[in-house]
Amino acid sequence: MKIFQDSTQQSFSGLSECQLASGKDKSRSMDVKNMREYMGWLYYQYLLITGIYVLEPWEKSIFNTVLFTMVAMVVYTSYVFVPIHVRLALEFFSGLCGEQPESTVALMS
Amino acid sequence: MTESAVNKEANGDVCQHRAVNGVKPGRSSALKEQQCHQRFVYKHDEKFHQSECNGGLYSKPFIESFEETPMLVAVLTYMGYGILTIFGYLRDFLRQWKIEKCHIAREREEQKDFVPLYQDFENFYTRNLYMRIRDSWNRPICSVPGDKMDLVERVSHDYNWTFSYTGRVVKDVINMGSYNYLGFAEKSGCCADAAAEVTLKHGVGVSSTRQEMGNLDRHEELEKLIARFLGVEAAMAFGMGFATNSMNIPALAGKGCLILSDELNHASLVLGARLSGSTIRVFKHNNMQSLEKLLRDAIVHGQPRTHRPWKKILILVEGIYSMEGSIVRLPEVIALKKKYKAYLYLDEAHSIGALGPRGRGVVDYFNLDPTDVDIMMGTFTKSFGAAGGYIGGRKELIDYLRSHSHSAVYATSMSPPIVEQIFTSMKCIMGEDGTTIGRDRIQRLAENTNYFRRRLREMGFIIYGNYDSPVVPLMLYLPAKIGAFGREMLKRNIGVVVVGFPATPIIESRARFCVSAAHTKETLDTALSAISEVGDLLQVKYSRHRTLPSLDRPYDETTYEESED
Repeated sequence: MKIFQDSTQQSFSGLSECQLASGKDKSRSMDVKNMREYMGWLYYQYLLITGIYVLEPWEKSIFNTVLFTMVAMVVYTSYVFVPIHVRLALEFFSGLCGEQPESTVALMS
Repeated sequence: MTESAVNKEANGDVCQHRAVNGVKPGRSSALKEQQCHQRFVYKHDEKFHQSECNGGLYSKPFIESFEETPMLVAVLTYMGYGILTIFGYLRDFLRQWKIEKCHIAREREEQKDFVPLYQDFENFYTRNLYMRIRDSWNRPICSVPGDKMDLVERVSHDYNWTFSYTGRVVKDVINMGSYNYLGFAEKSGCCADAAAEVTLKHGVGVSSTRQEMGNLDRHEELEKLIARFLGVEAAMAFGMGFATNSMNIPALAGKGCLILSDELNHASLVLGARLSGSTIRVFKHNNMQSLEKLLRDAIVHGQPRTHRPWKKILILVEGIYSMEGSIVRLPEVIALKKKYKAYLYLDEAHSIGALGPRGRGVVDYFNLDPTDVDIMMGTFTKSFGAAGGYIGGRKELIDYLRSHSHSAVYATSMSPPIVEQIFTSMKCIMGEDGTTIGRDRIQRLAENTNYFRRRLREMGFIIYGNYDSPVVPLMLYLPAKIGAFGREMLKRNIGVVVVGFPATPIIESRARFCVSAAHTKETLDTALSAISEVGDLLQVKYSRHRTLPSLDRPYDETTYEESED
């Protein structure tokens, strides 16, 4: 439960930044009575900041779907490709670092 | 165009007054002046309120704050508008292909091949953004708009395209939106009684113009009273406040004249200036460097092409700017006007009655001589709870206007009950009715204004404008928050005015409160706690200036006490 909450907070980091930027620690007084209420409040903030508060329900769902799809794709892509790239990069750099002394030795000799 | 030249060096007389304060002004002090101006307008330190520039001209501290928009909020605002615009295009596309029904006016089938009528941004905005939050505007009321009012409840089942009335009434909504500064909009009391009596005696109108049969003795008496109230030689009353501006400026200025107009002037002044056919140049809002630059250029270069001198130079300013809540820097404007021999037209629509220890507007507020202002214009719509406008000034000016102004020649004269309402309320403000009601109300308004503004600042909202102005704009910025703020406040039984794009720059949406003398402290406290609650809910407490609540506050006592000795 705690982890889930943390992850939601991270995913709404834009929001919490906004809160911080607005410099209102008082907004903490909205503090979590329970999880459900807090999630409702976060969703309300999300509606207001993106401006989809004023849209009709079907438009809201389009926006949410598009945004969710995009986020999901980004997450999935990074899940699939980031480890590969990291491994390749590591190999590349270790190759560089490994080769260097050899070649200097070769030059020396 | 001289507007661009404004940014350039402007080493003028305005800032050289600082010499009084012991600061030696350099000859080419463009940089210094820029700083001086910036410190003036974007005040970062709340305690730093003694005006640095021209301190010598002001009899009291002139504190005005326009806190800059936080960067993140500005970005989010643009993003919000971006998203809404995309959906607007989507809806327009659906309407175009007849996938959804179009509720709003559009070209008829036979007009399809002509120039499109509803294509520009304003129409797009109305159709796709304003319509969605339209329920926060134009709410019908069914009682006198005093400190509280009754609203006709309405619902919309098709997302604000149409409204239907439920037949119920929302009772006792706290009214934070009326320009009822002195609380003279009431259904009982001396003004209402006098107006009712006169209605029975004189009827509601004479259906003729002042120049023909419409001139009643009461009109003349009213004009004498106005002149006495303003401290000018003569005055003239008109039946419509907007027309007072838009029809009299053309009588005063014409071809070959130059009008210098503040960029945030009301539409009536803008219309009047355009109708006059004179050249119009716009100076930055309340920026005396900009005004002086324009005046100087106008005198040096004269009219374009011919380089003949301008026949007249007329400066148009307002007393209180209704969207920014700022008060004109009148002492500096008058100093400039005298220096460059220009004429000054002061529109006191909001400030008359609402400012000054005696309620006589911005001239009284700064304790200046009314005869320094060439044309004093104002309306009766706000503080007096009536309708119409007036122009005051020298006798020659008023005589000239009587015969030349369109609204004197063609407009129907004022209705007697309205004249009576103005008469009674003005007497009341002047204290000539034998009571202290007027004085108490002016005092009450000043107290309410200071209290309301101070509390809002302490809560952490961004509040624009002068600390003494009863117009209090609270910045909302994000488009969705405009609608949400109006709705949430109505849920808490408070009626507010929210202002969006066409009236303000697109990112500076705001809610505007008008403090009234009719509000009691309890009413204001109720409103303030609701505003704070909604502010937390919507996260609109953007201000980054920390004001410590109730720690050395110089604004606690009323403003006018020291000036009345």
